Amino acid sequence: MTRKQKRLAIVVCGMAFIATAVILVMFALSSDITFFRTPSDLLAERPGPSTHIRLGGLVEPGTVVRGKGTQVSFDVTDRKHSVKVVYDGILPDLFRAGQGVVAEGNFPTGSDVFVADTVLAKHDEKYMPKEVVDELKKNGEWYGDTSTAGDARTAEK
Amino acid sequence: MIIELGHFALILALATTLIQATLPLLGARRRDAALMNVGPVAAVGTFALIAASFAALTSAYVRSDFSVLNVWQNSHSMMPLLYKFTGVWGNHEGSMMLWVLILAFFGALVAVFGRNLPHTLRANVLAVQGWIACAFLIFVLLTSNPFIRLYPAPLEGQDLNPILQDFGLAVHPPMLYLGYVGFSITFSFAIAALIDGRIDAAWARWVRPWALAAWTFLTLGIAMGSYWSYYELGWGGWWFWDPVENASFMPWLAGTALLHSALVMEKREALKIWTVLLAILTFSLSLLGTFLVRSGVLTSVHAFATDPRRGVFILGILILFIGGAFALFAWRAPTLRQGGLFSPISREGALVLNNLFLTTATATVLVGTLYPLALEALTGEKISVGPPFFNLTFAPLIVPLFVAVPFGPLLAWKRGDLLAAAERLYFAMGAALLVALAVVYFATGAPVLAALGIGLGVYLMIGALADLAMRSGLGRIDAGKTWHRFKGLPRSVFGTTLAHFGLGVSLIGIVCATAFSTEMITTMKPGDVKAVGGYEVRFDGMRSETGGGYRADVATFSALDGAGRVVSTVSSAKRFYFARQQPTTEAGIRTFGFSQLYISLGDPEDGGGRVVRLWWKSQVVMIWLGAVIMAAGGVVSLSDRRLRIGAPARRRSRTLARPVAEPGE
Repeated sequence: MTRKQKRLAIVVCGMAFIATAVILVMFALSSDITFFRTPSDLLAERPGPSTHIRLGGLVEPGTVVRGKGTQVSFDVTDRKHSVKVVYDGILPDLFRAGQGVVAEGNFPTGSDVFVADTVLAKHDEKYMPKEVVDELKKNGEWYGDTSTAGDARTAEK
Repeated sequence: MIIELGHFALILALATTLIQATLPLLGARRRDAALMNVGPVAAVGTFALIAASFAALTSAYVRSDFSVLNVWQNSHSMMPLLYKFTGVWGNHEGSMMLWVLILAFFGALVAVFGRNLPHTLRANVLAVQGWIACAFLIFVLLTSNPFIRLYPAPLEGQDLNPILQDFGLAVHPPMLYLGYVGFSITFSFAIAALIDGRIDAAWARWVRPWALAAWTFLTLGIAMGSYWSYYELGWGGWWFWDPVENASFMPWLAGTALLHSALVMEKREALKIWTVLLAILTFSLSLLGTFLVRSGVLTSVHAFATDPRRGVFILGILILFIGGAFALFAWRAPTLRQGGLFSPISREGALVLNNLFLTTATATVLVGTLYPLALEALTGEKISVGPPFFNLTFAPLIVPLFVAVPFGPLLAWKRGDLLAAAERLYFAMGAALLVALAVVYFATGAPVLAALGIGLGVYLMIGALADLAMRSGLGRIDAGKTWHRFKGLPRSVFGTTLAHFGLGVSLIGIVCATAFSTEMITTMKPGDVKAVGGYEVRFDGMRSETGGGYRADVATFSALDGAGRVVSTVSSAKRFYFARQQPTTEAGIRTFGFSQLYISLGDPEDGGGRVVRLWWKSQVVMIWLGAVIMAAGGVVSLSDRRLRIGAPARRRSRTLARPVAEPGE
């Protein structure tokens, strides 16, 4: 092979790699991303059962009900609307009524109850998920200052 | 008073970095030895001043001096001494102090150990280090000053985040920073080479040990971070493709590529421009990581505080250095003389392939990490990109690389024989196949993919050893001679073998932990028994405990074997820290072989039961063990004679004398 051919081989090989990566990324981005929604968003537009979303807001005080075993249900609110969430698993250490929370999951067919497979809460008494803060501020429902410190999560399969 | 001295030392350090950033550079341009010699003095001085400043802050923590705002916010007089000490970097300001301290430390190392470097190169490298240190010192002084006083001084501190009150904090950040910031040296070398407009094999020889050292620390730092989050957060995960994890993983991938391409450059004078680009890219990714973690654009355990000024400031540094570096690269790189060529099937070819895989993989991780930020900035839509994205993009790119890894060392430089290399790997391939079949046979219902993954891991491990066997002539010459040859092999060969072997170990750990782990969430009352991973776990009861600043509910469990004998006891706790009114989960972990029994505690139930989460983490220890083996490979390779005694001049004349071959024509 000549010098030029060799260089060409490397360039073609590199291009092939980039093309593969681009295709994989495009494919993954079209299917494997999770959108963030507030209870008001969900009221305006209810996603189908196949859409995985992150629901963020505050845990409405007085709605946390522990069921049998590890089952728990609570309402997530953005101080305008609220959505009932059920979850089977251990809640994060800092899950508390009145505090910020993000629940990941979906609405099963024909159900108004959000089934969470993951619940994220804060790692610090001052912390609230950033998305939640942004949404509350946008809607003028923000009353307190916070500082970010971390998010704990419990992952459920 | 000590605090003010520390503050003053930091300001003085800024002044010395300004000197370090300018005079040596001027000296290198004018070939003025006196000016160039200012570099090492300034670098050592900067380090001494920042170290003094850091020591002042540390003393405030150890003495629990709550008149210092930073100490008050992040410490407590009741904390054990270790946490008071590590708490120094358990917050934004302190961790930035650690960052600049390590940066200055590396600068001082170049100054001390760089005696055999050409004077202009050393001067330029130190100057570039000076720029970086200067930028970050301004950042610390203006936006993240840890020396701010509080008046009147509070009696008690607000405590360190309980999550961070752990031995992991003593290891993870320093290791990670030694890695992250260590790549600043290769960056400085690259920039210095571009300023000089001259680059040769000797350059690669000087750069490689630094890249290797940084890579070794980064490997350990990431592994430690992974293990720490695994046992501390209580949800049993060891990697979540969290943006913050990615922030440290991207420089690691790029750094791994850099290690390999520097090898080609050192041995064959090829891939010069590419190596320089990778050196720039690796540190750019380190800077990006610093930005992502420290600016507060992401929410995670690592984002200590959000102050928009900080984000903008680091973004400014980021743009300045990355933009400047790439601009310089675009301007100067064409002047660098290109080196030797090689056939696609050769050691060089294999290393190029390695680089292609690693850089594309880095790119996909980068896209996955930045896409949500970009989308939010552009459209306001908030999304998150989770593990499925990375599994779909990263895995297909990295698995073929694993297949190729054992081939690399078996191929000859310039022109290799793929078939001969494959022949030497027949044993590894056969063993891998057998293991995969055994997994399918014995672990009934095992996913085929998992069996293949384990087979791939075995293939990597044995394939790594095949290189040693071949070099020492195992089976071809008599045992005595083989042993003699084996002992005489250069340390770098053992380094390569260890690193590739460790990769296989980690892979097996990852596959097993993903495919064969079991998880159970259940309610247990004292006396209840549950079957987990071949053992029976009995809940023995609860007790209360108090420790430094917390009270805890401790549950004790016994692990029973098939015959009902107690083989081990495990205690798992939920702590409540008074100062921050914050609970934490202290998982109970017992290791059996490479597998672990992992128990974390949930809330109490009505009727005396307790929600318990029981995991059997199959071969999970191998994940971190593999990383430690990889790092050991880095250390062994660093101890190679070739790197220890730098004889660059001789080497250089030899490589220059060698005619640039055109194989394959």
